[in-house]
Amino acid sequence: MSKEYETVIGLEVHVELNTKTKIFCGCSTAFGGEVNEHTCPVCTGMPGSLPVLNKEVVNKAIAVGLATNCDITRNCKFDRKNYFYPDNPQNYQISQLYYPICRNGYVEIETEEFGKKKVGIHEIHMEEDAGKLVHDEFMDCSLVDFNRSGVPLIEIVSEPDMRSAEEVIAYLDKLRLIIQYLGASDCKLNEGSMRADVNLSIREKGAAEFGTRTEMKNLNSFKAIARAIENEKERQIDIIESGEKVVQETRRWDDNKEYSYAMRSKEDAQDYRYFPDPDLVPIVIDDAWLERIKADQPELRDEKRIRYKDEFELPEYDIDIITGSKKMADLFEETIGKGANPKKVSNWLMVETMRLLKEHDMDADDISFSADNLAKLIALTDSKAINSSVAKEVFEHIFAENIDPDKYVEEHGLKTVNDEGALRETIIKIIADNPQSVADYKGGKEKAIGFLVGQTMKAMKGKAEPGMVNQILKEELAK
Amino acid sequence: MSLLELTAVELGNKIKNKEVSSVEATKEALASIKAKEERLNCFVTVDEEGAIKRAEKIQARIDKGELTGSLAGVPVGIKDNMNIAGMLTTCSSKILYNFKPTFNSTAVEKLMNAGAVVVGKTNMDEFAMGSTSETSYFGPTKNPWDLERVPGGSSGGSAAAVAANEVPFALGSDTGGSIRQPASFCGVTGIKPTYGRVSRYGLIAYGSSLDQIGPLAKDVRDCATVLEIISGKDDKDSTSVAEAGADFTSALVDDVKGLKIGIPKTYFSEGLDASVKENVLKAAKTLEEKGAIVEEFDLGLVDYAIPAYYIIASAEASSNLERFDGVKYGYRTDSFLDLHNMYKKTRSEGFGAEVKRRIMLGSFVLSSGYFDAYYMKALRTKALIKAEFDKAFEKYDVILGPVAPTTALKLGESLSDPIKMYLGDIYTVSVNLAGLPGISLPCGFDDKGLPIGLQLLGKHFDEKTILRAAYAFEQTKSYECSAIAKEV
Repeated sequence: MSKEYETVIGLEVHVELNTKTKIFCGCSTAFGGEVNEHTCPVCTGMPGSLPVLNKEVVNKAIAVGLATNCDITRNCKFDRKNYFYPDNPQNYQISQLYYPICRNGYVEIETEEFGKKKVGIHEIHMEEDAGKLVHDEFMDCSLVDFNRSGVPLIEIVSEPDMRSAEEVIAYLDKLRLIIQYLGASDCKLNEGSMRADVNLSIREKGAAEFGTRTEMKNLNSFKAIARAIENEKERQIDIIESGEKVVQETRRWDDNKEYSYAMRSKEDAQDYRYFPDPDLVPIVIDDAWLERIKADQPELRDEKRIRYKDEFELPEYDIDIITGSKKMADLFEETIGKGANPKKVSNWLMVETMRLLKEHDMDADDISFSADNLAKLIALTDSKAINSSVAKEVFEHIFAENIDPDKYVEEHGLKTVNDEGALRETIIKIIADNPQSVADYKGGKEKAIGFLVGQTMKAMKGKAEPGMVNQILKEELAK
Repeated sequence: MSLLELTAVELGNKIKNKEVSSVEATKEALASIKAKEERLNCFVTVDEEGAIKRAEKIQARIDKGELTGSLAGVPVGIKDNMNIAGMLTTCSSKILYNFKPTFNSTAVEKLMNAGAVVVGKTNMDEFAMGSTSETSYFGPTKNPWDLERVPGGSSGGSAAAVAANEVPFALGSDTGGSIRQPASFCGVTGIKPTYGRVSRYGLIAYGSSLDQIGPLAKDVRDCATVLEIISGKDDKDSTSVAEAGADFTSALVDDVKGLKIGIPKTYFSEGLDASVKENVLKAAKTLEEKGAIVEEFDLGLVDYAIPAYYIIASAEASSNLERFDGVKYGYRTDSFLDLHNMYKKTRSEGFGAEVKRRIMLGSFVLSSGYFDAYYMKALRTKALIKAEFDKAFEKYDVILGPVAPTTALKLGESLSDPIKMYLGDIYTVSVNLAGLPGISLPCGFDDKGLPIGLQLLGKHFDEKTILRAAYAFEQTKSYECSAIAKEV
């Protein structure tokens, strides 16, 4: 009989901070650009160049640390991690080992399986990204693009507190939202602005000691992470069940093949010869600095959830969806700021926006329409200038092209006809043309009026206000 | 009298007064270099054409009244570990034999802005590792006082070029004595400023926490004048500082009355050459006669300076020199199997024995399992040594001692015994560990006619006091130059 096992997971998450310039020089961090366009002697490791710290990186790292309940190291330092690789121009990476900027934090997650739980954060440290190797098959050589070299990163190292893929996803989602709300990064796994390495081990349930862990790399989506965790868990259990020992090693996940392979074992682990970087002075974070960051800290998701409930009385489900993306929460608040009713805004986001996102296989982060145009659309329906079916049609254009609904409605003549005389004339004609339906209605088949409403709307090209159509129809039928 | 017998400031004055042009001075320096280089080998690169062009431009700006500084138009030699855009900068190493930087080091740029005319790059120990200038890939520099002897190092090319009247002054760098010791061996004056006083931007690093750029010149005034130009906070070097007391030339007053000078007793015990001892103590006596209060005292931890220095400097060097890998610039081996083989072969062929020795030493002391026992212990020792000096400076304004235990050694004498070479740094390395300023100036000759250096150490950012003491002492002696210097 097989034993009961527990999966123990810790995460190392790299997040690219969205500062304008690199961590140790003035070069732009912008994506794209010509090869080696965003480089200088510092980020290409030219002899004689020296790093100078970009304070904005520290500000953002502190903000993340505070939002994840960390202690901020008041006197922190950079260290050099020495290893040879061509994408690393100095052959050492400037990172933090001995005095990382944040320590001893946690975030709270909630999953169906285990409920609410705190996941500990061991530390957060700042470091520089490496360049990119470009392999030229035709020339049979490798070239280096240093545009990413020196882009600031933080590495968030969790405690081994997670027990399932669901918890891992919940933790990553929590981190992603916190960091997005702070405006410190867009945290896109598929674009590499957020990268997660999974440390996983297996032990018998109730055991006090951890098992031997492996580190899994190359996980580019939440789905890949979940699959890799399941796969690795099974692999390790199989090893243990067959009486063998798990080898401590780094593995690489291939999501297409749904399979991982060993990259290097602990025996070939490099000695990075970390030591304090003498080119950089210690960063002294005084009370004033810390207070400044605290004062600038924006409202985070958990705070928003409480406020949305109190202030707007929205259902929890809706609040979850809306605050589930900073983009959507921002859009929600901005639209309200333009005078729209919160419940109506929420409705447009929850129903039509979510439907269209799903239809186009998009994320909330991909929303491209403006609060201005959504507010205008709501105003048009509020004033009954357009009816709800026209509004839905107009919204599709707002969603797709961010059109101005006022202009669009005007140009396409979609305004509801509020001229009672014209409507009544049409209705009289519809009654005259459909004696059978009129007879059915008068004979007690109340539903028959629906057909007449439909005919009227058709004749009005959809621009009539349904309430008004109903009322006049009833009046005329009663005659 | 040749223009090159003048000090840099005297020559600058003549140029300013239109008695001579920068171009004439530059041409004379180039001629002197040409006449002596075969014997001395002070320079890795002499940029004859460029220097004359620069001198012409500078002269035009002097004529227009745009350049009025004391060193405008004066030729200068730059140690080959400081970047000059477009000029070969090799660190006297094969691995950088073809390297031309894209930017200027801040110190050199400041000199250029002040109108100094760079004539070339001076020879040095490879990557500034050595005390003899013999580890250069481009062959050893010879001592102008005796061609059989070393000029000291690592700034041996700079010191010898000044001592031989090839250039009126030069820049050197000092990590463990590399300005002061060659100044002493060559009978010139050199100052290592307080750590942080001069920007290290563009200086190809050896031991980053110890490296400082400083002048080598014929007298104290020249040193003060150059230092005034090159010092100051640089936004490109976070370890540089904006500290007051940088008006160095104002300190050149012949007055040491009441100045408290401490002499560490331990500096005068075994291992010190008798004639060096005699001359250094005589210099102390001279200062005492001029009104200084001279006292002996016990300076602790002297024996720990050399091991601590070699651990820290080598550790930093092992990391600093990782970038020389054959990928981006410099030497790359001809044939290789794969990436790691390319790294190995490039670095094995590109670095000399002394550099490899220090890379290995540094990598070892940083490796896991040894880090605490060596590197961390060395850092703690460094802090204690600094505390010892701080304690001494509560009592004294200046600490006086020798620069090196001996005068210039014979060529080849120390290459065979690196430990012996390391021990020769006993009086200089602790100054770098403590980050203090130190000046070396001539104070006499031994029985072989070789110059002896006197070292004066000051408090952090108090270069002015040691410049004043050095200046006062200098007034009691007349500057003597080597036979080869007089040839011009």
